[in-house]
Amino acid sequence: MKLIYERSQAGRRGLGIPKPDLPVPELPASLRRAEPPRLPELAEPEVLRHFTELSTRNFGIDTGFYPLGSCTMKYNPRINERLVGLPGFANLHPLVEDDAAQGALELEWELQEILREVTGLDAVSLQPAAGSQGELTGLMLFRAYFQDKGEDEQRRKIVIPDTAHGTNPASVTMAGYELTPVKTDPRGNIDVEDLRGKVDEHTAGLMLTNPSTLGLFDENIEEIRDIFHGVGALMYYDGANLNAVCGISRPGDMGFDVVHINLHKTFSQPHGGGGPGGGPIAVRASLEPFLPVPVVARDGGRFRLDYDRPKSIGKVRAFSGPFGVFVRSYAFIRSYGPALREMSEVAVLNANYMLARLKDAYDLPFDRLCMHEFVLSTRSLKREHGVSALDVAKRLMDYGFHPPTVYFPLIVPEALMIEPTESEAKETLDRFIDAMLAIAQEAAEEPELLHDAPHERPVRRLDEVRAAKNPIVRFRFDDHPTEQGSGDRQLEAQKGA
Amino acid sequence: MSTESYPEDLLYHPEHDWARIDGDEAVLGITWHAQDALGELVHYEPPNVGASVGKDASYGEVESVKAVSDLISPLSGEVIEVNQQVIDAPETANDDPYGDGWLIRVRMTQPDEQSQLLSAADYQRVVESE
Repeated sequence: MKLIYERSQAGRRGLGIPKPDLPVPELPASLRRAEPPRLPELAEPEVLRHFTELSTRNFGIDTGFYPLGSCTMKYNPRINERLVGLPGFANLHPLVEDDAAQGALELEWELQEILREVTGLDAVSLQPAAGSQGELTGLMLFRAYFQDKGEDEQRRKIVIPDTAHGTNPASVTMAGYELTPVKTDPRGNIDVEDLRGKVDEHTAGLMLTNPSTLGLFDENIEEIRDIFHGVGALMYYDGANLNAVCGISRPGDMGFDVVHINLHKTFSQPHGGGGPGGGPIAVRASLEPFLPVPVVARDGGRFRLDYDRPKSIGKVRAFSGPFGVFVRSYAFIRSYGPALREMSEVAVLNANYMLARLKDAYDLPFDRLCMHEFVLSTRSLKREHGVSALDVAKRLMDYGFHPPTVYFPLIVPEALMIEPTESEAKETLDRFIDAMLAIAQEAAEEPELLHDAPHERPVRRLDEVRAAKNPIVRFRFDDHPTEQGSGDRQLEAQKGA
Repeated sequence: MSTESYPEDLLYHPEHDWARIDGDEAVLGITWHAQDALGELVHYEPPNVGASVGKDASYGEVESVKAVSDLISPLSGEVIEVNQQVIDAPETANDDPYGDGWLIRVRMTQPDEQSQLLSAADYQRVVESE
């Protein structure tokens, strides 16, 4: 389809501005434009059709199944949007006095309490804007905690398994720690023998996603806890996969000291377009004094933003955090009420149903019951028919599905990481499974069909290397001399308007 | 893209890196399997000349459209040259991983470490078991 600049016609207007009926003062020449701004020139119906057509090229959870592993693309209930649009929330100014924002503060405080319960920990900061910032904040708390104990210089190492999200090692580096990678054992757990040799009095802690990015719950978590706590080190829980365990098991009970919660994953926010997200952290009481400020506190029946925390690491974000995200997640959690556990149970059930139907057609690197997601591999399809995970993902688009995550986690070659979430009905899961089975068949019979996929989408297979090396992200007028009238003609047209 | 091969005259590290010994110096690069698994490279982040690299430690990064991957050094040494051709055109490491696609040249500080590296046949078994 055409870009809006390519639809532009010199002199065309969407509205007429009334002629001034007062004398127009002469603007100083230095403030006047020499040339008119290069804006697209269209009538209103053309603009409307352009953007309506663009909107149909989008794919989201509202258009179809979106099993993007690790991203928890669940349905976002519309009631969340209605509540966040209430004038008392939507029009609230962040600098308003606490007394004029009691309802909003109460909502934040209650959300903190819920997250304490879900994580099994003692105190919460809602500030971090996303999981990655939650990680960095959590590691800064580690440092503040060890500084307070006089052990910061001694404890330099953070242990991370080779299945971790890429943000984990990035956060370690940003926080000024050194990375100690640990391997995965044949069942998909942390290799405890490898781990033992790597944890000592120089270790500050562990960062672990549990269930891991393989969709597997670490069977040795208690032993791992003893190893770290045994040397006085801390444990960080990457809450990316919290959707698997809500109301069933709690990171605090597993021994974790800091947890981040991806509100936009587990507790529903529209997050396909890069935000806004929410990455609150929950911590054990021993780390509470170091939490970012402000924390929402309750004195009897009154709520206030508490800045009086002398040991706090400070602010990590403006004001108290992404407030609209809090309202949506609070609404989502309260819609479930005490049945929140069912959310995780159905997410895990859906994933296991899909896994059971798919595991004969694709390679399964770790043959266990999965949690809320699972990782298949197209290794055999690649060896036998030259069909890669990317080919399968692209072909799925022809069947009307968003592809799963591919090539992650890195320890599984040709990985396809599938997360259905609890939102989907069995018929949808079956349609996706049938498509995956049909594609495995196509790979054997007609591999070219997959190499060239997608065939029926507005955009065919992208040249990803060229897109990475030479991205074209803006319209260059010099490359399109004919689409816009010359500067003079535009200026004439604007003067005449 | 090149075809799969593991030259006999190189030493290999199980993290898919190779070393070509040249007196007290060594030329390092990534194996055919590594470049195949990553796909076409779009960026090479080399170390500085003069930097020291440690055996089994990362000395730089390569990036493809799939992933960013650490470059693991098979040997300890001091960097004496980086391959500008791969910086300018990272796909050189795909096209010719053992020739023009080499990554750094080091002066070895622990030449004995060579004995811990794998032969082409042993490395090929590592690849097949993955």
